[in-house]
This record gives sequence, C-alpha cells and structure tokens, in this order.
Amino acid sequence: MARITLDGIAHAYAGKPRSDKDYALKPLRHVWEQGQAYALLGPSGCGKTTLLNIISGLVIPSEGRLLFDEKDVTHLPTEQRNIAQVFQFPVIYDTMTVAQNLAFPLKNRRLAQPLIDSRVAEIAEMLGLTADLNRRARGLTADAKQKISLGRGLVRADVSAVLFDEPLTVIDPALKWELRSKLKAVHRALNLLMIYVTHDQIEALTFADKVVVMNDGRAVQIGTPAELFERPEHTFVGYFIGSPGMNLLPAQVNGSRAFVEGSEIQLGASYPVLPSGQRIQIGVRPDYATLTSGPGVAVRVRRIADLGRKRLAYLSLGQHQLVASVPPDITSIGDEARVAFDPKHTLVYADDVRVPGAAA
Amino acid sequence: MTSKPINNYAWLFVLPVLAFVMFSSIIPVMTVVNYSVQDTLGANSFFWNGDAAFRALLDPTTEIGARFNDALFRTLAFSLASLLIEVPLGIAVALCLPKKGWAVGISLVLVALPMLIPWNVVGTIWQIFTRADIGLFGAALTGIGLPYNVTQNTISAWTTIVVIDVWHWTPLVVLLSYAGLRAIPDAYYQAARIDGASRWATFTNIELPKLQKVLVIAVLLRFMQTFMIYTEPFVVTGGGPGSATTFLSIDLVKIALGQVDLGNAAAMSMVYYLITLTVCWVFYTIMTQIERRRDV
Amino acid sequence: MGKQSVTFVLDHIGLSEAGVPLISDVSLSLLPGTMNVLLGPTLAGKTTLMRLMAGLDRPTTGRIVSNGTDITRLAVRKRSVAMVYQQFVNYPSLTVHENIASPLRVAGVNRTEIETRVREAARLLRLEDLLQRMPAQLSGGQQQRTAIARALVKRAELVLLDEPLANLDYKLREELREELPRIFAQTGAVLVYATTEPTEALLLGGTVMTLREGRVTQVGPTAQVYRQPANIDAARVFSDPPLNELAVSKSGPMLTLVNDRTVPASGPLAQLPDGAYRLGFRADAVAIGTSLTSGLTFPGKVAVTEISGSESFVRVEVGLGVWVCLAKDLQVWEPGSDVEVSLDPARAFVFDAAGHLVSTPAMAKSA
Repeated sequence: MARITLDGIAHAYAGKPRSDKDYALKPLRHVWEQGQAYALLGPSGCGKTTLLNIISGLVIPSEGRLLFDEKDVTHLPTEQRNIAQVFQFPVIYDTMTVAQNLAFPLKNRRLAQPLIDSRVAEIAEMLGLTADLNRRARGLTADAKQKISLGRGLVRADVSAVLFDEPLTVIDPALKWELRSKLKAVHRALNLLMIYVTHDQIEALTFADKVVVMNDGRAVQIGTPAELFERPEHTFVGYFIGSPGMNLLPAQVNGSRAFVEGSEIQLGASYPVLPSGQRIQIGVRPDYATLTSGPGVAVRVRRIADLGRKRLAYLSLGQHQLVASVPPDITSIGDEARVAFDPKHTLVYADDVRVPGAAA
Repeated sequence: MTSKPINNYAWLFVLPVLAFVMFSSIIPVMTVVNYSVQDTLGANSFFWNGDAAFRALLDPTTEIGARFNDALFRTLAFSLASLLIEVPLGIAVALCLPKKGWAVGISLVLVALPMLIPWNVVGTIWQIFTRADIGLFGAALTGIGLPYNVTQNTISAWTTIVVIDVWHWTPLVVLLSYAGLRAIPDAYYQAARIDGASRWATFTNIELPKLQKVLVIAVLLRFMQTFMIYTEPFVVTGGGPGSATTFLSIDLVKIALGQVDLGNAAAMSMVYYLITLTVCWVFYTIMTQIERRRDV
Repeated sequence: MGKQSVTFVLDHIGLSEAGVPLISDVSLSLLPGTMNVLLGPTLAGKTTLMRLMAGLDRPTTGRIVSNGTDITRLAVRKRSVAMVYQQFVNYPSLTVHENIASPLRVAGVNRTEIETRVREAARLLRLEDLLQRMPAQLSGGQQQRTAIARALVKRAELVLLDEPLANLDYKLREELREELPRIFAQTGAVLVYATTEPTEALLLGGTVMTLREGRVTQVGPTAQVYRQPANIDAARVFSDPPLNELAVSKSGPMLTLVNDRTVPASGPLAQLPDGAYRLGFRADAVAIGTSLTSGLTFPGKVAVTEISGSESFVRVEVGLGVWVCLAKDLQVWEPGSDVEVSLDPARAFVFDAAGHLVSTPAMAKSA
C-alpha cells in the first residue's frame, strides 16, 4: 500500500448531524503518503482519536470514503486492513511469553512455524527484546510491554501502516526518550506509514515529519514542525505549539506597520487593506519578542520568571498581556521596559487566519 | 500503605455488634464444641466422652464413620457436579449478555430472578414442578417416555437436585463474570481483532485470564453453598430415595434431632465446619497469590 | 477573601512504616502567603510528607507546630487545611455549586455567606457558567478547577496541592499554572505544591524544597537552588533534561577520565585542588557540532532529537553514557549520525567525591 486517502471523511456519533456542533470530526480531505511519519496533535476532544479509529476500522465514519491506495475500505473490518495499532496502555496476552505474544498474529494467519520464528527473531532484534523472548510477558516493565505491543503489529510483513494512540502515556518519563528513538529507528528501517496521536507537542514534533494540528473536530494546519513554528496559518496553531504559545494582540494594520494601543510595530511584509468587520490581530512568539535597552515598544512589567536557561518576562501593553524573552545581557529590570519585535516573525491574522503579505 | 489515625470512639460502635455476634454465633458454637466431647442426650445429662466421637467419625469401619463418609462423599460429588455445570454455563451466559444500552438493566434483572426467591420456596416450586402427574417438568419427561420419578429413582433425584441448584445459583456466576468481563478495557478486544484472533482465541487468551480473580470468588462462593446444601433436597426428595440424596447437612439433622444423638452430631458438625474452613483458607491463599503475581 | 497569617513549622518530622523510614528528619518553616514547592522524583515521599502536614497520618517522630501551637495530635477534621489531588476529586452526585459549597456546609456557615464565597471562588476560577453542571459533564480542566475552588473556598491556613496539574493537557497545565499562585496569593495561606518537574518549580517561583527518598536535600529560593545546588542529589532532581555527569580525577594540570583518557584542565577546573570529582553539566552547557577549545570533546552517535517548540534536545550516545544537549533552533540531527559533543568547563557544576558542591558556573565566573 502506498497511501491512505481521506475523501470527505466526517463523523457524528449521534447519527444525524444538524449543525457543525454535532460533528466529532468535520469533513476532511487528506492523503497520507507511504513511508511518512505523521502526528495528530490537539487538545482533548479535538477528534484525533476518532480519526485514528476511523483509519483503523474501529469506527465507521458517518460520511465520506476511506481509501487504501485505490481500494475503498470504509466498511472493511479491522483485521482485513493491514494496519497495526498501539494503544495508550500496553496490551499484551498475560498468559504467553514474549515470543508467543509476538508470534500470535502470525499463528492466527496460519503461517509456517519456521517463518514465524524467523520473523519473531527479526522484530525482537529491532526492538531490543531478544534477551526477554522466553520470559512471561506479564512480568516486564511498561516500556518493554509497549515494545511487545508494537512488535505484534510489526511482525506481520503485510502491515503497511502503524497507528499509535498516545503510546507513551504510562511510560516512566525518564525512559520516554528511549522509546521515541526506537520508534524513529523502526520507522527508518521499515519505511512504514506511521500515524501518531498525542496531545503533547514535544511528542508530535519529535516523532513526525508532518504534524496535523487539530482542534474541535477540524484539521487546522498540516506542516513540518518548522513550518508550524515559524508560520502558523491559524491562531490556534500559534497558541498550541510553543511553550508559552504565541502572543496575539489586537491591532490595526496599515501597509507594513501595525498599531497596538497606539504603539507602532514594524512588520516584515506589506499588507493590503483588510476588510472591516474582521478581527485583526498580530501574532509574535515570545522567542521573537525580546526585552531591549534600545528602541522598542513601551510596556509594563508584571513579573519575570527565571527558568534557569532562559528568562521570560510577563508584560502588559495597555490592556493586553504578552510574554517576551529576556536576553542574558539585561540584568536589572524595573516596572517599565521596552520590547523589540522581530519583523520577520510578526504575523498578521484576520479572523484567526493568517494574512499573507507582500515582501516590503 | 499508610495507617489510618487511631480513633478510640470506633470501639463503641463495635460493641453492640460484638454482643450480637457473641450471642448468635460464638456461644452456640462453643456449645457445639462442648457437646462434641460429651455423650449426651441433652437435658443436662453429660458424660465425658473425650475424642471418642471424633475417632468413630473418622473411622470408616464404624457405623457412624461409614455413614459420615458416605454423606461426605455424596456432598462432595454434588458440589463438583454443580460447579462443573454452573461455572462454564455462567460464563457462557455472561458472554451473551448485552454490553450497553437499555437492554443491560432488563437482562440483568431477568437473569437474577431465580436468586431472589427464598430457598424453601424454591424447594416447594420444584417439588410441584417435578411431580409426574401435575408438574410441568415431571409430566413432560414422563411424557417423552423417560422413567422419571423423583421420590423413587436415584438418578432422577440426583439430576433434579443438581438442576435445581444450577437454576437457582448460576445467575450468581453470571453476574460475577459479567462484572469481570465489563472490567476488561476495549483496547484488548481491538488488539485481538487486529491480531486476527478467533473468538475462541480471544476467550482463552484475554477473557479467561482476566476473569481469574472473579472466578476464584465465584467458585469459592458456589462451593461453600453447595457443600452446605439443605433446603432443596429436604423439601423435594426428603433425602431419598433411601439415602441417595442424604447430604451431610441432612444427615446431621437426622442424627441430632431424629436420633437425639447430640454428641455424635456435634462432632460431625465440628468436622463439617473445619472442612469448610480449610477449603476457604485454600481459596483465600490462591486468591492472594494471584494478587501478588499480578502486582509484578 | 480574608487573610490568614500563620507560620507552619515541621520540627524533625519522621515517619516509619514497619521499620522502613519513609520520611527522615524533615524540618521546615513555611511562612504565610508564600509558595513552597516540593520538588522530587516519583516515590520520593512528596505525597507522604503532604499527608503528614495535613494530619491524615501521624508522624512517628517530631512535632508539627502551627503559629506556635503544637498540632501534631490534632485530628485532620479540626485543622485548617485544604488539599487538591492529582486525580480530579469531586462529589459525583453534587453540582459544581454544591461541590464548592460542601466544606462550608459541613462547617455550618450560614447560607448567604456560602453563596458569596462560592460565587467569588467560581469567578476566580472561571466556573461561573458551569455552576449547575455535574462533574461528569465537565472536561478534565474544569473538574480540576472545581476541586481547586473547593479548596479555595475553605480559606484554610494551609493549602496542599499534590501534582494537581499532572493529569491535564500540557496547554491547560500552562494556563492553570499561571493562575494558581495568583488566586491563592490573595488568601495569605501557606501554599505547598508538589511536582516532579523542575521547569514547573521554576515557573512557580517561591521557595523550593528538594526531596529525595524521604529526605529534604535542600531548601531555598527556587532560582537560587537551581543555580547553586548544595549537593549532586539536589542538582539531579533540579535538572530536566537529566544532568550530564562526568567523573574525573585531577592531578596537576590534567584531568583523568573513567576510560583513562586525559585532558588538560582548563578554565575554572584548573583552579581545583587535586582529587576525585564529579562534574555536572546541564543540557545548555553541552555543545553539539561545534567543538570548543576546552578539549572536553567526545565522539558520539545521535539517538534521537526531541523538539519542543523552539528548542531541540539531542540525546547522544557517548562511550560514557547518554548525554543530552540543547541545540539551537529546530535543526534536526539524524538518529544514527556521528557527532561531536563538547562540554564547556566554564559551565560545570563541580561536586566532590561525597557529592557536596564545590563550585558552580556563577561562582567560577565571579572568581
């Protein structure tokens, strides 16, 4: 299988949707390419798990078609879809050893024993489970059990996509990085399509080549981690990615200048006249708004947070609040300060959608 | 585990219960212990017998010993037969019950109905039910030509008692298994589907292992109850034909009240009690072993 | 909101269960109106210590003194304490309004007073529109805010928060983390907040108490403890990502490493007396790709790059273990590629063989 296509997929759990609100997942069109790693990132209730379950076949969408290559699989049962799924908590068969767990899917498909054995050995090697093959699965740690869950999915040679539903939730935080690196290694070795659901931006940005940011049943933006960080197309993406998220300030935009409560801010591009009635905001990440001793916008300082390797300043510009970074050379900060905004990274949003500007 | 703060007022709440338990349980049990080492016909005439009653009881060559042995054997056979039917049947029914929606409440109530009936009423219902002339069950069986007669045919009597117990108490196993099954997260079933497991493989690899603890409780409860069975055989077969369905409890009552042989009856009670206690202890140990292994 | 001003003192508190010490010799003095962060890994004893403070468990040794009065033997019901847990604990059969009002009802406060206080708490936690809902109809964040409102409304002198945000989405965690200190600051209560995350401790500010295996290893203003950990345990607890460690022994101008490689001791390391040391480097003190002239350069293989917004943490397998480096921008280092990592001696935390602090980057700079 080379790709998975979502053709107008939407889902309303209650059956007959009358308005947008009834949809858990709003109509979506997307193509997932083989060999790519995708992350579905969003807050609880954004529809990411629903979408994952539609792809795996555990939920039949109320609208739209799902295609694996050109084949319509919308109503095809899960076991015939050639996908593997790893859940939030490890799902292993208690009564079996690690080797038997890994062999289970192949046994059910009645493969020859020598073939099963070689496949099990291969996958165990890839995941670092070779030493534990003959131990009872029940007695292992959570991360080893998740590896077994993953292994059971990978052991079938005909698997073309692996779906992950927040798989690192129960893993000891100190060991998460090991599993992340294993997942990446598996991805590169097997060139599989992998789709990873999470609400944690670090997981998503680390794992994926492309991240689908979702909110309220909608895919808000799809892009590489760099694109999502540098050029959020929607204010939600600006807010959700980055810790802390993007500052959004209501403004008037005139050409290549913006005015927030009378203060002028230089923009990196020139913008057309925006229709009145739309909510205009400028967005700039705290990383690109810095306290400065040179010229800048006058602000009041609410407090400074010292995070060790960086400092954040919580400021007020008129009635609006924003967060800026404090460069290491500024040591004493009073109640008043000045902030410099990087024009290249100061973006304009109308009704939450980014307005592209012409190079100034 | 941290300990709760000590609160002395708690003892005041426990005193009435202690008093009640003393009266209703401990004093009568001590009376029985006393009787078991005496030769007595009641009415304050006691002759010390020491452990003679116990020795006779446990010696299958004596009359009382042989009788005890037979009754014990019958009771164990009955327990085994009941368990072998009730547990698999209970699990099977639990698997068929709906998992969600309005049908759940209704099915559970319907399934539980037999358990709610008082035991001697159960006995009376079945007594009439099994009569060859007017009972639905009895008439139907004799109608097809089977030699069914509860009071005269040993096989009929045994089968009937087992059927009564299954009818009466399988719902308990059903409810316990159902609760155990509901506790299995959906993800396991989904993973099994993805792994291509057949229904039977799903059952043996996921449902049965996860039901372990529940099943131990179910088997323990059912064993204890079948081991102590009294009302149903008493009402339906009277212990007959002959002594075919004379289980330990029935025999005990016959000896104690019928023959007024209180000493032997008391000794029998003690042994009966100790067997039940031992079995409970064994099950309890098994259960805590399962707990400990699960914690790994 | 009224003000309670009470100093809360733990005097050599210890708790042992079946001979196993869970908490050992903890003495703390918490001032009213302050944020006190209990920082430690899981199972360090944070919850146990909080339970002792609340009076849910009685300490085996030591006293608890509140504003001069010994309350060690006082039942928890009689104490002025409120607790918020990691799991959202609300009465499932009561509405949000009734949930928030419950401690006041139990205390016998009159109806109008209850109403005022509930409305005030709901306003502070942005629950005004949800007052008539049941907990089952609320999202995780809303349920936790209800639990916090219930703690707030009690106006307790001691408010204990046991990892209250751990079960929330990280964005919600950010928002609530900002609001919490502000909300409780007005009450003048003693706040104790338990967490496993150093970043959270730094964001909360106040005073931090690092906890490890039932012992408090250091107490002090948060940023200060971060910059000047008294021992290697406090440094480890207060580093996320984990501290990169290097065992060295110095003789003359050279440092000998575990694999017998020797490098010249440069920068502040040159000033150290001869002996065995453990050097600690936080992720931002390890450079990847570029090699500094310190000579403390090691070859390694990239295991994984973890991206967090604008920062990238690269885990590199060097011969001596796995180190974490903070790389600038969103540059992605391919897993499996060979790289060089360099340690900046000017940014080293130096601990002696027993784990005590010898020198910090700040101290070295001013030396």
